[in-house]
Amino acid sequence: MQKITRNALIEKAASLLENGSVCAVLGWRKGEFDYDVTPSVFTTTEDLNAEFVWNDFCGANFSKYLIQKTRKAEGKLLVFLKPCDTYSFNQLLTEHRFDREKVYVVGIPCEGMADINKVREAVGDGISEIECGEKIAVSTIYSDEKILIDPKDVLAERCINCKSKKHVAFDELLGEDGDVIENARFDEVAKLEAMTPDERFAFWQNELSRCIRCNACRDVCPACTCEKCVFDNPKSGVENKAPANEFEEKMFHIIRAFHVAGRCTDCGECSRVCPQHIPLHLLNRKFIKDINEFYGDYQAGAEVGSRAPLVNYTEGDLEPSEAFERRGE
Amino acid sequence: MQRIGVFVCWCGTNIAGTVDVVAVAEALRNEPGVVFSDNYQYMCSQAGQDLIKNAIKEHKLTGIVVCSCSPRMHEATFRKTAAAAGLNPYMVEIANIREQCSWVHKDIPTGTEKAIILGKAAVAKVNLNTPLTPGESPVTKRALVIGGGIAGIQTALDIADAGFEVDIVEKKPTIGGKMAQLDKTFPTLDCAACILTPKMVDVAQNEKIRIFSYSEVTEVSGFVGNFDVKIKKKARYVKEELCTGCGACTEKCPMKKVPNDFNLNMDTKRAIYIPFAQAVPKVATIDPDYCNMLKNGKCGVCSKVCTAGAIDYTQKDEIIEEKYGAIVVATGFNPISMDKFDEFAYNQSKDVITSLEFERLTNAAGPTAGKLLRPSDHKHPEKIVFVQCVGSRCDACNEKGKEYCSKICCMYTAKHAMLTRDKYPDTEVYVFYIDVRTPGKNFDEFYRRAVEEYGVHYIKGMVGKVVPEGDKLIVQASDLIANKQIKIDADLVVLAAAIEPDKSARPLATMLTASMDTNDFFTEAHPKLRPVESPTAGVFLSGACQGPKDIPETVSQAGAAASKVIGLLAKDKLTGNPCVAQSNEMMCNGCSSCERVCPYGAITYEDKEFRMPDRSTLMRRIAVVNPAVCQGCGCCTVVCPSGAMDLKGFASEQIIAEVDAICK
Repeated sequence: MQKITRNALIEKAASLLENGSVCAVLGWRKGEFDYDVTPSVFTTTEDLNAEFVWNDFCGANFSKYLIQKTRKAEGKLLVFLKPCDTYSFNQLLTEHRFDREKVYVVGIPCEGMADINKVREAVGDGISEIECGEKIAVSTIYSDEKILIDPKDVLAERCINCKSKKHVAFDELLGEDGDVIENARFDEVAKLEAMTPDERFAFWQNELSRCIRCNACRDVCPACTCEKCVFDNPKSGVENKAPANEFEEKMFHIIRAFHVAGRCTDCGECSRVCPQHIPLHLLNRKFIKDINEFYGDYQAGAEVGSRAPLVNYTEGDLEPSEAFERRGE
Repeated sequence: MQRIGVFVCWCGTNIAGTVDVVAVAEALRNEPGVVFSDNYQYMCSQAGQDLIKNAIKEHKLTGIVVCSCSPRMHEATFRKTAAAAGLNPYMVEIANIREQCSWVHKDIPTGTEKAIILGKAAVAKVNLNTPLTPGESPVTKRALVIGGGIAGIQTALDIADAGFEVDIVEKKPTIGGKMAQLDKTFPTLDCAACILTPKMVDVAQNEKIRIFSYSEVTEVSGFVGNFDVKIKKKARYVKEELCTGCGACTEKCPMKKVPNDFNLNMDTKRAIYIPFAQAVPKVATIDPDYCNMLKNGKCGVCSKVCTAGAIDYTQKDEIIEEKYGAIVVATGFNPISMDKFDEFAYNQSKDVITSLEFERLTNAAGPTAGKLLRPSDHKHPEKIVFVQCVGSRCDACNEKGKEYCSKICCMYTAKHAMLTRDKYPDTEVYVFYIDVRTPGKNFDEFYRRAVEEYGVHYIKGMVGKVVPEGDKLIVQASDLIANKQIKIDADLVVLAAAIEPDKSARPLATMLTASMDTNDFFTEAHPKLRPVESPTAGVFLSGACQGPKDIPETVSQAGAAASKVIGLLAKDKLTGNPCVAQSNEMMCNGCSSCERVCPYGAITYEDKEFRMPDRSTLMRRIAVVNPAVCQGCGCCTVVCPSGAMDLKGFASEQIIAEVDAICK
């Protein structure tokens, strides 16, 4: 159950649209299914009233959309950002990916988003309707009765290990701001680290072998914003190609994880959109954990313009030999 | 498709002894793109080069691979050969089959196999090579010398002598540096001032040289041949152009209690001062920390007595912007602080002094007018102990001192000992040393004279402790040769403090993007072969900023740095290295990662208009590499997330082709 209401968001967006301070609103639009909420641009109050959605399925992080949308926009864009989205927002600003002046950020509190896969596990297939309130009420095509679920029971993994309820960037806040939260997000990485290399290989082999190379993880990732992606390069030999062998299965994801290393804010969008339910965020989180251990705690996007450890040199930096000695740990 | 020629060199038996050169030439003949392959005894000889030239013309080669020695040896030779035959010199690749094959392998099969693999890699790279043309940039024919000690003075004089303009920036009110504070100089014992001050006057009178004294460099941008430098001229509250250096203001200034840093604070000066009689420029300076007029607006005596009307209490710091073609760093050294060396009682007793303080005490222009008197009671010391290597040659784990040898202490201590015994034969002089190091012309003779003719007691061993007791200093030490502990009741203890680079060097290095070692000495481009150049193009090193040096060495290095500067300024245009980074603007995200890692400041950003497929235009931030500044190190290519950065001549594609060829 989200503390802030849909109406409050619509009211804010509509008033800013009407007084001309913004020309468009980035928000969540009703999708084909109730859980299938789509990021979209709203330009009228009518449209907002009809199709704007704010509920437990509004996980989408809008930061990345700002790159393309601000380029086209005539005026300012209003964007609703949840606390964790603001980290991606800052990281993109650090990388000069869009003009801050063209964005009006309304920070909104978030009580955690639901994972539709967990809902499915709880109620089975055939979900026809979902209503979000105190409880999540799910109707299925197999029964007339609504099944009530406590939102806490279907919380997405990234929300269980929520890293911050504090907005690190905003022009205006709706509701109250929270704090950075102590969390156990590295526990799962530690579990992987505790495995033997063979076990770990088998784990990733099992996960990554399901990849269909739909590129959803890349397309949604706020750190994957290259003008031209290497995986779209026809000369690369891997362009839009389903993995053909064990090597190719891992290559795409490991290269991508290296690519976003030091810039990934751990927003978890990759795992959210993966149709094959691969826990991709664990690869990135391993990098974050290593960076923290090697160079001291660093949260990408916590502030604009920070020098990420991987593109910075200090005398206390870890020697390559020290990193090498840790291998297999 | 390229038309590649392969040339396998025997290097006499150097290569042919362990590598089957005929087999290598044959194997490479079948590689993609190769249309010609041959071998020859000495490819670098005139006949070998003619063979290459003829083949290029005859077979219309578009690229060549020379399998020979290290590219460091003959890459330039073969590039010239190719250029002479009308081929772009950057279409030449060297496969190093000597250092990497014949010299490291014992048997022919292994050596040959590896030579073939390296040859294949080079062929794979040439297949992707493109002709490169180095860029050109103009040269501002003016040099900047940072630091006005003997190193900076000599460099400036030599550059000016060649007809180029030079500016000296000195942070103190006068040039002269440490040498101006010295008394006599080893090994000839001529007086430092007598040989330095004429040079200072030469600088002042030279039309090509400008002195910015009491000034500091605050900002450096640009690149070799085209540096833009901001110099802060600190307010000295005296109009330089009016002051005649008469000294009337100094005489009348009522503020007498200003520590005199020129005499290492062993006496006092006035709040308006000229550091020493032969100062250049001979202009007074007001110390704003002590001047009553500046502090609370009461006094103004100097302004009243100044007949030239040079005093200006309202003067402000001034920023001067100037362009230079070359920059010479001559920031010099300082003795280290003795604060951490409590065992020598430096902070407890006035009679424990450093060697530089001893120089001032024996200098005729010093606080005691050249009479050797103890600072505490102004009595003549009868027993003097010199301690060598204080803070020099320390263990790495010892945080007090430096690991390196300060190089000059052995000689100046011998000088001090000798001069003392010469002037005051009744004085007993002891020198405690670890080793006496005297490599230098007439140096060892000098040291032996101190021992043999002047009867200075040289004792091998370190002083453990100095304890002030009454008006004596009890020196506890070990004599390693006699293997016993000794105690000396000395009147004066002189510490040969280690020397370290001036504190201003570190921020300056950052401004210049010049590299430093862990001790903050500037690093040279090559320790043996390019000792006066910094790895940053257009930045040169003179004197002790590069490492401990005595005066003769400093002067020779200063001259060498000047000759390098002259060589640079004599050119009208600079030819760059074409193997520099290049950003593909279609792929660049403008994320600033490359700018952050670039050690040379070669990358800037600009907003560029792009035409989109739908005919609309789009402003996008993209990286731009200044090819004149870029040194081709490749950091940016590694950090670039979008793969937009690439190194010309060493493109990722080319490197991968080489790796593929090796791993195939």
